Amino acid sequence: MLPLIIVLVVIAVIVVFVIAIYNGLVQRRLRIDEAFAQIDVQLKRRHDLIPNLVNAVKGYMDFEQDVLTRVTEARANAIAAGAQGPAEQAQAENMLTGALRSLFAVVENYPQLKANENVLNLQEQLTTTENQISFSRQHYNATVLDYNQSIQTFPNVLIAGPFGFIKREFFAAEPEAQEVPVVALR
Amino acid sequence: MSTTFYNQIAANKRQSLLLAIAVAAILGVFGFVIGYALTGRAEGGIAATLIAVAVAALSSIGSYLAGDKLVLATSQAREVDEQTAPQLMNVVREISIAAGVPMPHVYVIEDSAPNAFATGRDPEHASVAVTTGLLEKMDREELQGVLGHELSHVRNYDIRFTLLVGVLVGSVALLSDFFLRWTFWFGGGARSSNDDRDRGGGGLQVFFFILAIVLSILAPIAARLVQLAVSRQREYLADASSVELTRNPHGLERALETIATDREVLEVASRATQHLYFTNPIKKFEARASGLMSTHPPIVERVNRLRELTGEQPLDPNEAAVLSGLD
Repeated sequence: MLPLIIVLVVIAVIVVFVIAIYNGLVQRRLRIDEAFAQIDVQLKRRHDLIPNLVNAVKGYMDFEQDVLTRVTEARANAIAAGAQGPAEQAQAENMLTGALRSLFAVVENYPQLKANENVLNLQEQLTTTENQISFSRQHYNATVLDYNQSIQTFPNVLIAGPFGFIKREFFAAEPEAQEVPVVALR
Repeated sequence: MSTTFYNQIAANKRQSLLLAIAVAAILGVFGFVIGYALTGRAEGGIAATLIAVAVAALSSIGSYLAGDKLVLATSQAREVDEQTAPQLMNVVREISIAAGVPMPHVYVIEDSAPNAFATGRDPEHASVAVTTGLLEKMDREELQGVLGHELSHVRNYDIRFTLLVGVLVGSVALLSDFFLRWTFWFGGGARSSNDDRDRGGGGLQVFFFILAIVLSILAPIAARLVQLAVSRQREYLADASSVELTRNPHGLERALETIATDREVLEVASRATQHLYFTNPIKKFEARASGLMSTHPPIVERVNRLRELTGEQPLDPNEAAVLSGLD
């Protein structure tokens, strides 16, 4: 009688362990999905801020239309690329980052713009959005790392395979189109 | 010498856990000795320890549940939002995203001394406060470093951890107090007169009695010293965790150097709240170089550990002297 009880207890303990590990893996995998969705939230926020910025500076910057046009076009491309896939989206968003940097470099030459509270406010908004985008990506990578570590270490590795937990990829930044911002001195 | 913040984080967690176990061990041994001294039985020791822990825990419940509000009130902090402090809120939001935690409540303290603290039993109930002096003197990278440090305290459940250690240390103090009073008022009349046959004999109990008196003086001191060591380890952990969030040791390093060379004393801080702050706020400038009795590690050591992360050389003696206020 006793050996049977011991066997049953051991089986029960193992089952509890397996359940706990499985649930932990599911939680970690869900965190990755959430982190990925959060990146999109930040990217969309940036898309929404840009028209206001372009309008605020347009009146002052008659001679810099090409820079403004680049920003507006890059924004449109980024929104369209959102439907295409992560790699295309990342590349389009990076081009938008480049266009915005050119714009801010040019704004440096217009003292009235630099003092304009509206412009300063929008600059802060865009700066913080850029930071939030990169922190979102960083956090996404942190959740991927946590999950990958979980499914590869012992004893979780015994459970991950049979239950279909596979490795996830890190977010890899595409190289930006390297264009030197044109700063026209007038 | 170079290392990663992952290694630093793991080492700090390990060391603070060992220190916490040391406090528990001090409490366990001390409780046992007192119990045996008073009752002549081992069970008495266990009972005494459990009672002391229960009393200390009960008295800490208030701090656990409402401690953050109390601290914020006594520090004259006022809450801010996107309208009143947009840039500060933006930076807090950036770090919250990096940490994967909800936005904490954000407070500002009117004081020209640069400092900050965070409180809250878990990330869902967190508050972070900065002084106006900090906001003036820090650039964005430095502010990210400081806020990363503060949010990491919340994320690492430091408030809970230090409260736990505090309960253990408080229990040691309670036992010591109780025993010394008992001895003072009731002398040696604690030996139980029943069950003469079951006990180990009067001689052993007398030995334990003397040991208990000695420990009643030493144990609280030892426990307090270990508690301070725990506090210092958690500060190092918060520094390393901040780098995990910002991936930028230089911001935090510059912030530490700016604060270290600032000669102002934070007026709203007190002995009760000093452990919460980013750097020790109540020591006079010259005395800020610390040792066993400080809740915070020396700034020179904190800066050197950050330099390890980028493989830079540690501070040379001249730079170190400037930062410790010995120039």
